[in-house]
This record gives sequence, structure tokens and C-alpha cells, in this order.
Amino acid sequence: MPPLARRNLIHDKVRLAVTLTGIAFSVVLMAVQWGLFRGFSTSTSGLIDHSGADIWVTAKNTAYLEQAIPYNERKYYQVLATPGVGKAIKYLVRWATWKQPGGRAESVAIVGCDPDAAMGTPFDLVAGDAQQLKQPNAVIIDRIYADKLDAHRVGDMAEINEYRAKVVGFTDGIRTFTTSPYVFTTFKNAQDYTGIHEDQINFVLVKAAPGVDIGKLKADLEARLPDNDVFTTAEFSRMTQHYWMFTTGAGIAVLMAAALGLVVGIAVVAQTIYATTMDHIREYGTLKAMGAPNRYVLGVILQQAAMAAAMGYAIGMAVSLFVVRGAASGGANILLSWQTAVGLFFLTVVMCATAAVVSVNKILSLDPAMVFKG
Amino acid sequence: MSDAITIRNVTKQYIEGAGGTMALAGVDLSVRRGEVMLMMGPSGSGKTTLLSIMGCILRPTSGQVLLEGADVTAMAEKDLPAMRLRHIGFVFQGFNLFPTLTAGENVELSLGLKGIRGRAAKQEARRLLELVGIGEKFDSYPADISGGQKQRVAIARAVAGSPGSILADEPTAALDTQTGKAVVEMMAGLAHREDRAVVIVTHDNRLAEFADRFVHLEDGRIASPDS
Repeated sequence: MPPLARRNLIHDKVRLAVTLTGIAFSVVLMAVQWGLFRGFSTSTSGLIDHSGADIWVTAKNTAYLEQAIPYNERKYYQVLATPGVGKAIKYLVRWATWKQPGGRAESVAIVGCDPDAAMGTPFDLVAGDAQQLKQPNAVIIDRIYADKLDAHRVGDMAEINEYRAKVVGFTDGIRTFTTSPYVFTTFKNAQDYTGIHEDQINFVLVKAAPGVDIGKLKADLEARLPDNDVFTTAEFSRMTQHYWMFTTGAGIAVLMAAALGLVVGIAVVAQTIYATTMDHIREYGTLKAMGAPNRYVLGVILQQAAMAAAMGYAIGMAVSLFVVRGAASGGANILLSWQTAVGLFFLTVVMCATAAVVSVNKILSLDPAMVFKG
Repeated sequence: MSDAITIRNVTKQYIEGAGGTMALAGVDLSVRRGEVMLMMGPSGSGKTTLLSIMGCILRPTSGQVLLEGADVTAMAEKDLPAMRLRHIGFVFQGFNLFPTLTAGENVELSLGLKGIRGRAAKQEARRLLELVGIGEKFDSYPADISGGQKQRVAIARAVAGSPGSILADEPTAALDTQTGKAVVEMMAGLAHREDRAVVIVTHDNRLAEFADRFVHLEDGRIASPDS
């Protein structure tokens, strides 16, 4: 059969350009906003997801990582005494003020860990290693925030809560959702930097002994520590993401922008496909008069929508990848996974098919007798 | 000659305004294969309505329409497109070609709807365009050919798949006299040579020389049958 749908679509180059621009714009908006949402979500729970722990023991009613309500370290020993616990460490996350050599102050989130443990230590290191934290006043920061903290090289100095801090290493890509970068140090240093009492901790990170069921271990810890909350790493990660993305409204704003992209896309594509249909309405009437079944005529409309979707998607994704790379070099974290790309393709097809509904209705109600009216 | 289309006591009333409009008031008519019927009459006499009913595009208010012996008035609405596709070829006043397809593709599309596709469709489309005298325009787009050539493409498209009847609505209205005569002469040739029924609605008396039969409609009735 002659390619009527393709020919009709590309016949009017200007209209095709408008259609593809609309779809591509919509794809870019959805891809970037969803990527931002995923990037933000991941950055809120990055420390938890990379902790290597199976279970987090927190103060009662802790809703997210940075809330970090202190509790007595006696609980740490109760955890250690629980059957099934393979390894447990004290962990601390708390806000503090980083003072640059020039005197400028920045808010940071101090992360106190055990450099010898296989849990909670800094990851994705590009300079130094966790063992360097054993040096006096040693800290590791992320190079993304080197400018913000004015610490660009190993050996650079700063001051945290009137204690000296010496940069001994850099990570790469450990972002924070807030404006306060993470500063890794030992648990003891972290107590000093944050002014927390020496018998206070925020978290106990637990690794289950080999072969121990994590669900059962969690239940045992809950029974032993009724004044604390006990979460699996996945649970605490979800809670933290949910807090930052939905309680603060940040996630809703980003998702709304993504939804707006979808709506804009549908509106633009619907308008252009409808205009194209109306341009060719007499031809569709002729097809119906000739005896073409509705499914053929509708097939032409839907093929146009599908082709526009495929072309617009390809352009949109190319632009999105460009934006993602540009954003990465600018410090923004837009996560565009292949799953997102595949999902967006189907969403684009659905968007274009939805946009074609108005035109489809027009065709279904078209009276073939129109061909005899002049 | 056998009847391609038979119309029995057909009425058509449009429900518009107070009391509606009676477009056809009891029409009886047979169109036979191998003949050219010229349907004439003043504007509003019901010519196009009758042509639409013959072509299964419009349903009569009452009466019976037989197409190749099948009672189409008894058929469901969904079955009519298939009847049109199999038995009727249309030629329109404004050509109604698909501007984004070449002349050959316009004919191929009609063949494709009838199940003839690929190489066979291309060969048949070329044969039909040669039959109407414009084989060399196979790859030309409608915008690049003359009005007379467009109407020839429309005729080739109408006869694609060998329907028994060709229904033409003012096929010469957009053409100059000479071209119009040539087009109708060609349609008459197709009727006689290929045993098709050809019905032409026209205001143009000069086409009379090509007709085997005239039907004159006035106020929804046949004023001069079989003249």
C-alpha cells in the first residue's frame, strides 16, 4: 500500500517541524524533570544506600537521615549483644559549620564513621582512602564541593566548630540534597565537630551474621530496643527519600514540571495532528466513500501519530542527553537511566496516541457523502 | 445487458426545517452494464442524492436498492463500505486525488484497499494509467499535472479492481469543453468495452452524444425516463 500516513506527515514541512518541536520539547521536559527527581531522590539517600549495612538502629520517630536524634550509646552495646548481629558500628550524622581559611562559613553535614569497618565509610574515593581518616582531625569531602568549601587539595585546612580539619581525601559524586556537603570523619572527631556528648550517638549500623535472616534480626532488635526504631537499609532509604521529596514539596514541584511536560506535549501534538487531519479531511472522506474501512482510515491517523512520536522522541532524547551532560559538569545530578529512556518512549507513544483521539473521533463521525458537496 | 443497479420506488427525505425536504419522491430506475446513463436536471432536483444512494453512501428513506442483485437497503451500515469497495468506482467533480501520492500511487491505493498489493498493484496501476492515456504520468504528483490528466487518474482509480459501476458526479465541471468531452468519451469507451455501468451526473448538454440513456430529474422525480 502507498505510504499515505508518512506522506501526509512529511508533506507540510513547517507543520512537521512544529509537531516534532512540540514532542521533543515535551520529551526533554519529562526526561530532565524525572531525571532531576531521580537524582534528588538518590542524593537524599545516597549515604544509606552505599552504607553496606543491613539494618539501621535510630532514635524513636526518626523520619530521615539528617534528623539524626541523639541517643545513649548503651544501645550500641545492646545491639552488639543481640544474637545474629555480625558487626555493628556507631555512626553519627549532624550539622556543623565549616569555616574556610579566609573566614567564610558554610553549613556542612558531618558524617562520623569507623574507618576500619566495612560499613558507613566514604565511597567512590578519587584521592586518599578511609584509613587516612585515622590521622588527627582528618576529613574527606567530595570534590563537587571543593569550591564551596574552598578545599581543593589533600592537605588543605579548615575549621569546624573551632576544631582543625585537614582534608585527607576526596570522593567523587556523593551529592547532598541540601546545600550542606557531607564531611566524612571518624566517629570521635564527629562528636567533637558537632558538640555532641561523648556518650551520645545517632545511629547504629548493623551487619547481620552470615546466614541470619534480616527480617528476623530486625524483629529481635525491635524487641530488645523498644525505645528505638529499627529499619532495614531499604526502608530507611525510602523513608528519607519520601521525607525530602514529598514532605518538603521539592519532589512534588519537580514531578509537576514533568507532568506539565506531558500535558504540553499532548496539547501540541493534538493540535498539530488535528490540524493535519482537517487539512486532509476531504481525502479521508474520499477514502470512506471509496469503501475504505474505518480501521484503515484510523490506521493512517495513528501511524502519523506513531511516526511523529518516534521522530520527536529521538530528537528529544538526543537533546536530553546533551542537557544531562551539561548539567553534570555544572554540578546538577540528573539521572537518565535506560529504564527511564524506555519508559519515556512508551509514554511518548501514549501521549501521541492520546493526542490523536480528537482526530480519530472526527474521522469516525465523517460522512462520506461530503465528497459530493462541491 | 444485466442490471448493475436497480432502484425501486426510492424516496429520500432530509429532516431539516419544518416538515423536512423531500429530495427524492418515488424513483424507479435500472442501470445496465455496458451503458452510459446521463443524469441531468436543475440544481436541487435530487441528482446527487440519487447518485449517493446508488453508491451506497446514503440510505433511502424508503424503497429498495439492488446492487449487482444484492438488496443493500436490507444490509447493516457496517456492510456498506465493503459493497462500495467491491462494486462501485467514484469519479468526483474536484478529482479528490491524494495530493501526497503520485498518480500511480493513487491508483495503487485503490487496488490495495481491494487486496491487490505490491508488484501486482504497481503493474495494474501502470496498465490502468496507460488505458486512460497517461501512462507517462505514473510518477507525477497531482499538483504537477493538468486538470484533464487529474480526472483521468481519478477514472483509472475508479476502475481499479474492476467494479461493475462507475458513478461520476459532474466529472467535467472543472475541465474545459474539449478536455471534458475527451474524458467522458473515455468513460463511455470503458462502459462499452469492459461492460461496466457508467452513470454521469452533469449539467452539460454537450455530453449527450456519448450517452446511451438520459434520465431527467425534476423535484425528486424522473421527468423523462429512458429518453
